[in-house]
Amino acid sequence: MCTVCGCGEATVEGQKGRGHSHGHSHDHGHDHDHHHSHDHHHHDQFHVHHEGDNVHYGKGDAGVDVAGMSQDRLIEIETGILSKNDRYAAANREALTALGAFAVNLVSSPGSGKTTLLCKTIEALGDQPLAVIEGDQQTANDADRIRATGAKAIQVNTGKGCHLDGHMIGHAMEHLDLARGAMLFIENVGNLVCPAGFDLGEDCKVAILSVTEGEDKPLKYPDMFTASRIALLNKVDLAPHCDVDLDLYEENLRRINPTIEIIRVSARTGEGLGDWVAWLRSNLAAKTATEAAE
Amino acid sequence: MHEMSLAEGMREIIVDNAAKHNAKRISRVRVEIGRFAGVEKDALSFAFDVVMRGSPAEGAELVMIDLPGRANCFGCGETVQIEDRLDPCPRCGSLQLMPDGGDEMRIKDLEVA
Repeated sequence: MCTVCGCGEATVEGQKGRGHSHGHSHDHGHDHDHHHSHDHHHHDQFHVHHEGDNVHYGKGDAGVDVAGMSQDRLIEIETGILSKNDRYAAANREALTALGAFAVNLVSSPGSGKTTLLCKTIEALGDQPLAVIEGDQQTANDADRIRATGAKAIQVNTGKGCHLDGHMIGHAMEHLDLARGAMLFIENVGNLVCPAGFDLGEDCKVAILSVTEGEDKPLKYPDMFTASRIALLNKVDLAPHCDVDLDLYEENLRRINPTIEIIRVSARTGEGLGDWVAWLRSNLAAKTATEAAE
Repeated sequence: MHEMSLAEGMREIIVDNAAKHNAKRISRVRVEIGRFAGVEKDALSFAFDVVMRGSPAEGAELVMIDLPGRANCFGCGETVQIEDRLDPCPRCGSLQLMPDGGDEMRIKDLEVA
């Protein structure tokens, strides 16, 4: 098991065997050093209990006080539980920045239309260099659908895992050979909870919410919509059939995340796709310009 | 949801640090969990007991310290403390609040037995 996610059974399609091979050389820039800024101290503590005017020395864990000896020892850690994932994510981010590549992490519930929307987006982007990392618990169905558009896709199966993590993305990126100035689309496992907490090194999260899911979804799963820079309100062509209030969707999104950008789209009719593609292109241009300036 | 993953991450950090300090057995692990970290404490407690088996922290007590949720209010511009993610601003009543702290998940310290 090599990351925080318990993803021992995750497989990158095309790699033989289950789990990550640790025999390979980690030449993809993952930093395995520890960056803890805190020193590790031993704190020898004497357990002195004050009860009113009484002072007890024998109420520590050991139940006895021995002069000059501590009853226990504390190891101060102050380490984020996800610090290992964060280091992988930082390495991915660095690699993407060096390429002037723009990466989005597409997050949503299962069935919101992520893959269909992505296929249409790829068609609309024409000859823009791009690649896709598909995350699902099982099957390579989604990667196959992406490859049918002519785009390069890597399928990552997480096994029992409920989210992609920084380590999986680092491995997948090794296989992608991203072009300079490319766009990288990471389609996360359909899940509105766990992927919110795992940084992959992306530039931003894009939440996809379909109009069949209910206007209060952002309120029910606030973390994901808080973590996203933009929300795509998908399947708007179905809105007349579902008795939904599109304005209420937007109101609830902005309640949870006052700065979120929102685009109404329909992968089926193409509505809003132009705005979404323009958003992608302008963000890529901004990233490439920043990289060039440095 | 991902509490099992978090416990796996904790185990790795604990095993590393226990080895570094020659600690054979850890009797208590203290973690700081922000109110908005999305951690279900009962689930983490269960996962901790299961995942620590066979490690120096097997049977250790898990102490979870709550850290408050902080948010920037888009109504009054103040940084306020809120209990629940959907609470209104305690100063102006606005519902538009952007979390600004409280997503911490940290191992604070280990007590060596």
